[in-house]
Amino acid sequence: MAFARSRQALAIAGVLGLALGATACGTGNDKKSDKAGSAECAAYEKYSGHDGKKVTIYSSIRDVEDERLKQSWKEFEDCTGIKIDHEGSGEFEAQLPVRVDGGNAPDLAFIPQPGLLKRFADAGKLKPASADTKAMAEANYSPDWLKYSTVDGKFYGAPLGSNVKSFVWYSPKMFQEKGWQVPQTWDDLIKLSDQIAASGTKPWCAGIESGDATGWPATDWLEDLMLRTAGPEVYDQWTTHGIPFNDPKVAEALDKVGTILKNEKYVNGGFGGVKSIATTSFQEAGTPITSGKCALHRQASFYANQWPEGTKVAEDGDVFAFYFPGIDPAQKPVLGGGEFVTAFADRPEVQAVQTYLASGEYANSRAKIGDWVSANKKLDINNVPNPVDKLSVGILQDPKTVFRFDGSDLMPAAVGTGTFWKGMVAWINGKDTKTVLNDIEGSWK
Amino acid sequence: MEFDFAAEQPKFLMLMYGLIAFVAVVGGLLLLLDVVPTWFARRREAQLVAASASGAPVPRRRKQREGVFAFFFLLPTLLLLTIGLVVPAIRTTLLSFMDARSTNWVGLDNYGWMFAEDSIFRVLINTLIWVLLVPLVASGFGLIYAVLVDRARFESVAKSLIFLPMAISFVGAAIIWKFVYAYRGDEQDQIGLLNQIVVSLGGEPKQWLLESPLNTFLLIVIMVWIQAGFAMVVLSAAIKAIPADIIEAARLDGTTPWQMFWRITMPSIRPALIVVVVTISIATLKVFDIVRTATNGNYDTNVIATEMYNQAFRYGENGQGSALAVFLFVLVLPLVIYQIRNLRKQREG
Amino acid sequence: MTTATPTVGAGVQPPAPLTRAARVRKRLNSRTATVVSIVLALLWTVPTFGLFVSSFRPEDQIKTTGWWTFFSDPQFTLKNYQDVLFSSGSSGQLASYFINSLAITIPSVLFPIAFASLAAYALAWINFRGRDWLYIGIFALQIVPLQMALVPLLRFFSTGVSVGGIQLLPAWDLVDEQKFAQVWFAHTCFALPFAVYLLHNFISQLPGDLMEAARVDGATHPKIFRTIVLPLITPALAAIGIFQFLWVWNDLLVALIFAGGGDETAPLTVRLAELAGTRGNEWQRLTAGAFVSIVVPLIVFLSLQRYFVRGLLAGSVKG
Repeated sequence: MAFARSRQALAIAGVLGLALGATACGTGNDKKSDKAGSAECAAYEKYSGHDGKKVTIYSSIRDVEDERLKQSWKEFEDCTGIKIDHEGSGEFEAQLPVRVDGGNAPDLAFIPQPGLLKRFADAGKLKPASADTKAMAEANYSPDWLKYSTVDGKFYGAPLGSNVKSFVWYSPKMFQEKGWQVPQTWDDLIKLSDQIAASGTKPWCAGIESGDATGWPATDWLEDLMLRTAGPEVYDQWTTHGIPFNDPKVAEALDKVGTILKNEKYVNGGFGGVKSIATTSFQEAGTPITSGKCALHRQASFYANQWPEGTKVAEDGDVFAFYFPGIDPAQKPVLGGGEFVTAFADRPEVQAVQTYLASGEYANSRAKIGDWVSANKKLDINNVPNPVDKLSVGILQDPKTVFRFDGSDLMPAAVGTGTFWKGMVAWINGKDTKTVLNDIEGSWK
Repeated sequence: MEFDFAAEQPKFLMLMYGLIAFVAVVGGLLLLLDVVPTWFARRREAQLVAASASGAPVPRRRKQREGVFAFFFLLPTLLLLTIGLVVPAIRTTLLSFMDARSTNWVGLDNYGWMFAEDSIFRVLINTLIWVLLVPLVASGFGLIYAVLVDRARFESVAKSLIFLPMAISFVGAAIIWKFVYAYRGDEQDQIGLLNQIVVSLGGEPKQWLLESPLNTFLLIVIMVWIQAGFAMVVLSAAIKAIPADIIEAARLDGTTPWQMFWRITMPSIRPALIVVVVTISIATLKVFDIVRTATNGNYDTNVIATEMYNQAFRYGENGQGSALAVFLFVLVLPLVIYQIRNLRKQREG
Repeated sequence: MTTATPTVGAGVQPPAPLTRAARVRKRLNSRTATVVSIVLALLWTVPTFGLFVSSFRPEDQIKTTGWWTFFSDPQFTLKNYQDVLFSSGSSGQLASYFINSLAITIPSVLFPIAFASLAAYALAWINFRGRDWLYIGIFALQIVPLQMALVPLLRFFSTGVSVGGIQLLPAWDLVDEQKFAQVWFAHTCFALPFAVYLLHNFISQLPGDLMEAARVDGATHPKIFRTIVLPLITPALAAIGIFQFLWVWNDLLVALIFAGGGDETAPLTVRLAELAGTRGNEWQRLTAGAFVSIVVPLIVFLSLQRYFVRGLLAGSVKG
């Protein structure tokens, strides 16, 4: 090996020496999996036959979450001998196209935006999922979910993690002390807000600053309201540009958002006035709830990770979440998101990993480690340790739930991660509804 | 915590190979160049011998030999530049005439878009403000500071303090200044220095980064903060290089410090000043991290490089992103023309 | 100004009676200058100083009060530094990233300086047709945003060069730490235009008689370059070395693309961005992280500062 290495390096030196002729061989994994064949490996039998192969995965998952991810497929690696090399990057959305265009694509990528997925599929960069993966995905996920990774009839990969965005965070303790009730309808919610405002506390806190993704929490607000005021069908037309972005229905929903977010009496508890929403980071936006400076914060299930250390997140704890109520209590639309396991290579070991990640075994293995939600039907809710995730899984698995994917992730990136985000920032910063919607519509070609 | 040195070994090995490659390439090139002329000299000798034998005129080869040298001296640079910058620049220019996916030719559509879209027009204006202000203010500050601190007792400490921001990455600098501009509601303690000053003077805290056009100038402050150190160090060195006898002669003539500055200092440091202004101008045109980190281009603070990155990489609009990049090429033309004129003057002088 | 600088506050009698008033005025002037320059230096340092103080404050303090409250209510902690330096996990230890940064930076500084000085010499002192246009072209290349060069360069590494289906150059196919070579290559390309521009400025202003004399003595260009030019521009090389070092050390984008984000190859900046980013506004880690990353460039700057000043001095001698 040492010889091969030095020869390789000499070749590199040769390249730099403008001889420009590098030969290189990969450093193979000689280690045989010693676990293979044992009892716990029985479940991985169908993925075997790729011992010593390496699969690279690229995603936006980093730090603690990255470690949990690696832990979740450890057994799979040990049993099959496939080495999974995961790299997470905060610049994922911008870096992935660079790598793909540069001919340096990862084997698998966890893409959280169906819009981006479609872009790669249209460009012919993505490999359609294998028959095995497709069968596994169809058995474990509802068609509602699979349609987001299907482009022109071709299926590109199953979802992995999911989240529920239609949540309002609150403090059960505070509610109990003050005698407030969890609202069941939009009108109740507004009444509650008035009640809290009258008591001298600003009811809502919000923040949409998120580095180069600033604005996205506000787009979630509009999407949630679109689902409630206009209904899921119109929502679908809106996200696919079936109706223009400046349609009166959209304006109505945005004005409804404005009754909370642009109401100086309601916001921004603990931070200042309406405009402070724009500069408050989404991570710290809800924290005033723990100090009693605000009572309500609309944010997704994953916000559970953002509370200060020592905060008990449970129905009887310091903070918890309730479903963001609809206008009509009979309808329960849910906004959410998730990432899709897509492949840029079709080597058998890549397909094996892709199939495995769609399986119930994987979903349960990952869920047990904590802080994770999935729409996988095989996921046993008892394997989900924390209460908010349990609540989310319950909602996702409920057959009556009308689920819709985060709209900004469905739109073309120039709108969904560009003018829509920026438009909402400008809207918070004082621009009127009509101008903002016209601007966004103008950018959608 | 244990640290596995064995695992790091390949990296050191790689670094060593890099250094060996360096010595081999540079040393090899110089060696080669020592051999080539000797070979030419031998050949010329042989020609001379042959010529004198046959009585034919001696061919002149000197010009061509110069060309050979130039070729080898320039070879590594030209090769690398072609691969790393020339090809990308040509590709970018071509892409700017194509659509988002770079499949169809669309003519000048992307350029039309650039000037038609209000928000993009704003981007162009902002970039102009940046490139007019930053070189001027940073060089001006650097010059004044270099003059002020010249020969002071604490000179090297003072210079190090001004230079310090250069050692910080653009992202780091933007974060430091976000701290300075931070805002908290007026009922709370301020955590940003600027608002603290405003509050202690009896004012209301402000959302500095939200207020256009003030916010663009506040971001420009960050760039000036970084680049002034560069300007100061270069200009200070230039000032020190002014021959002592010139200054002494001027002083004996009774020149005032003001006259001294305009008649002696300025003309003497002109070349250095040009280098400073040109370098800072180009750095400013390409400014990217500061805007992205501080505001991400929101609140009317966007500049070309940030928008170009967003269009090309985030939005998948290759054509529009490339058009913005080409516009950057155009903006640098005045500097190029100035450089050509300078070079002409130099050759004539 | 060969006369001694008037020592501030030394209160000596002027030796000559002629310009007593002028001397006083001058001392006042220089005192004003001193005060102004001190004030400016402090002003310049305040933001960095604030960050430095913050890096020793506990998380909740950083997020709720300004750093100046540290002086009235000092709460000191090293936890931020501990987090940044020693928090390990699957993502590896800081020391590992530190080594990566060094392995990336050193060749990335050496290569462009060597190539650029050769090129600058040729452009300044070798007579060949089109050299001015070549120089202007290289100068203009400074404006190419490196973001636009990422994709083509990456493709050059990953698929090689082929024209009309004929593979002219093979793909590099590097793994793990071998990817450093790609980063060196990329940094060298991006650094060349500025390095050539600056070095050309120095080299072209070297005294022409020196070169002419050497030519008359029969010295060839390589010999002149090695024995005359190189020693004269050593300070300038040190100066460019600092700039390039600062740039490469602080770079995130190039490393992320060409080395990847794993602990085998990613530099310190990647790790620090990660520390601060995932959980959002981790001010406390950012503050400490920023100072950890500043230390090395600062040492380099301070130790090369002398050369630096002399280097730029050499270039402007013949203004």
